[in-house]
Amino acid sequence: MDARIKAIDIAAFLDRVQRAGQEDDYRVVALREALNHLLEEDPDRAKRVLLSLSDPTDKPIPVAPGKGAAGAWSG
Amino acid sequence: MRYIEPHAHMVSRTTDDYEKLITAGCEAVCEPAFWAGFDRASVEGFRDYYLQLTEYEPARAAKFGLPHYTWICLNPKEAEDLALAKDVLDIIPEFLDKPNVLGVGEIGLNKNSRNELEVLERHIEIAANRDELILVHTPHLEDKRKGTKLIIDALLNNPKVRPERVIIDHVEEHTIQLAMDKGFWAGMTLYPESKCTPARAVDMLELYGTNRIWMNCACDWGISDPLAVPKAIVEMRRRGHDQNVIDKVVYQNPHSFMSQCPKFQL
Repeated sequence: MDARIKAIDIAAFLDRVQRAGQEDDYRVVALREALNHLLEEDPDRAKRVLLSLSDPTDKPIPVAPGKGAAGAWSG
Repeated sequence: MRYIEPHAHMVSRTTDDYEKLITAGCEAVCEPAFWAGFDRASVEGFRDYYLQLTEYEPARAAKFGLPHYTWICLNPKEAEDLALAKDVLDIIPEFLDKPNVLGVGEIGLNKNSRNELEVLERHIEIAANRDELILVHTPHLEDKRKGTKLIIDALLNNPKVRPERVIIDHVEEHTIQLAMDKGFWAGMTLYPESKCTPARAVDMLELYGTNRIWMNCACDWGISDPLAVPKAIVEMRRRGHDQNVIDKVVYQNPHSFMSQCPKFQL
């Protein structure tokens, strides 16, 4: 039941952002990309979802742009 | 059931949360220094905060018979101002000798900037030169993987750092192995919205084992749950984990790590 609720919540969220014309927001694009990992076969889906939403670079940035995180890497 | 809450920001919590903790079986609470939700303007603001952590908060916890320990540092969210950071770093050693201070923490990175990294390296140097325990904060969400790698590199670059005296906190599925493979301890933070849920934390215990790992609630002024660890205990019981295994994760492990500081006495 717990997973069912979350799956429907994600579906409703994607419907909502589409109705609002926000489906091109980089966070929504990243979320859709991450969702592709849910139906893969290897049993490390959570790790791959997290990695797909992560900053893949390795060098420190010059200056912190603020304090918060958005949930997806903006590129 | 007895447990230790190894990471809770009690200065942000109401007094009835102490009552909830002891009712749930908490036998000690440990409070790393953190960001207050706004930037402090001067070194005196930090001095007041460190006094709160080392004098006022242990007295508040003592009213409930709960031992209170703390960690001292400048949080990475306030590390961009290098001049202020240097002033704050200068007063940190005077607080490290206080009777309830276990070490330097929670240090680390937030947005993975150059200044944050420089301040992190200075904290590591202070801790390593005094052979203090280190509690590491890893960044949030999209910044966690990169930040965890940068932090581990910075720790290993200091030859005086002993990984068994460092806990890397807020690990998730994509960073837990980075910490544990290098011999560090790992902390899993149970948050309602970010970090990990009790179910995911128990998944990681089943996948990576119960050595050198703990769970914490990291409750603070945001959406957070001071009873998250007892809820993870319920999840472990539901899955049939032995009481001795649960006790190891929620009591013996934090006890073992923090007992490396002789000031930690239960």
